[in-house]
Amino acid sequence: MSPLFLIQKLKINGVQNFLWASVLLLLALGTCSTSSLAKEAEPLASDEVVEARLVHIAEELRCLVCQNESLSSSRADLAEDLRAQVREQIIKGKTDQEIKDYLVERYGDFVLYRPAVKPMTWLLWFGPFACLLIALGVLLIAIKRRNEKIQVKEFTSDQSHDVGQWVHMQEQKADQFINATETHTKKLKD
Amino acid sequence: MKKFLIPLVLFGVLVLFLAVGLKRDPHEIPSPLINKAAPDFSLQTLTGTAPFSPQDLKGKVWMLNVWATWCVSCREEHPVLVAFSKQIGVPIVGLSYKEIQPQDDPEKKLSTEALLKLARSRGSVWLERHGNPYTLSVMDLDGRVGIDYGVYGVPETYIIDKNGVIRYKQIGPVTPQTLSETIIPIIKGLENS
Repeated sequence: MSPLFLIQKLKINGVQNFLWASVLLLLALGTCSTSSLAKEAEPLASDEVVEARLVHIAEELRCLVCQNESLSSSRADLAEDLRAQVREQIIKGKTDQEIKDYLVERYGDFVLYRPAVKPMTWLLWFGPFACLLIALGVLLIAIKRRNEKIQVKEFTSDQSHDVGQWVHMQEQKADQFINATETHTKKLKD
Repeated sequence: MKKFLIPLVLFGVLVLFLAVGLKRDPHEIPSPLINKAAPDFSLQTLTGTAPFSPQDLKGKVWMLNVWATWCVSCREEHPVLVAFSKQIGVPIVGLSYKEIQPQDDPEKKLSTEALLKLARSRGSVWLERHGNPYTLSVMDLDGRVGIDYGVYGVPETYIIDKNGVIRYKQIGPVTPQTLSETIIPIIKGLENS
């Protein structure tokens, strides 16, 4: 039944009737639009979930033909086939890990952009941090040794030696001067 | 004095690693399937005989060669394989990999049967023209078996032992050199074991 037909049939006389008609019209339009949307939206929504998961998984996987591209961005035939495989497995309800394992079984760790942490890949994962620690250690030792050298310098440097000698010389000069004046006064007294 | 040698030695080690890395082909991805059971399948043959499965060759050392008529490197490899098939008695099974490419049927109008028929006629014509080294050839139209075997570029060749275990994978065309240096010694070793 068309909403307009309903309004005509109600014969709008007063405000109340008009309000009722509007409510009916809104209801009719509301049910119309939601029911028509629901028919299209349902398959679209489930597809979107699958596609989103596909992109999420495929971004972590390497295309084997064009090796610097991810499986999600590559247009190689094989990438397309592999995406189809991943899609199929998502629909089957496999977990992300199961799907990745499926590809690793066939193509090796190379397909993973983020290699698994295992003894074989320890050097890869922890190597940079180990290098950093070694570098820090070397730096600390170097600083410590330099400080030790500076302290030693304060005690045995040529300069402090010179100062000592200079003081010693001045003392000697002073002694000589005192001796000289003493002998001079003695001579004067005599 | 000796301290100056430490960075020099480290630099030498780095150069050595880089030099080795330069010589390796990044397109040769080591297969995780080596020393694992060859994935099972059952596929239609090129000639239309009974479907073939790797089980049929249990107890024999055999080769699986992935090929296609659209594959340029296969043409380079083919005469080597033809000569090899006459020289040595191991069965060579051809895996006709995705003979019909997406651009051959862009609107996906053709039925599976029509695709199989087209692939068979193309493959047969090609083998007639260039020689047939295969004991038989199987049709992997959608490339699913190829994925199971970790195929990512045609041609590829697998050596499978008497127990159905993959022992070697050759990525790229088989050359007279790889045949004499690698493939034939491996096959002889497996046949004697």
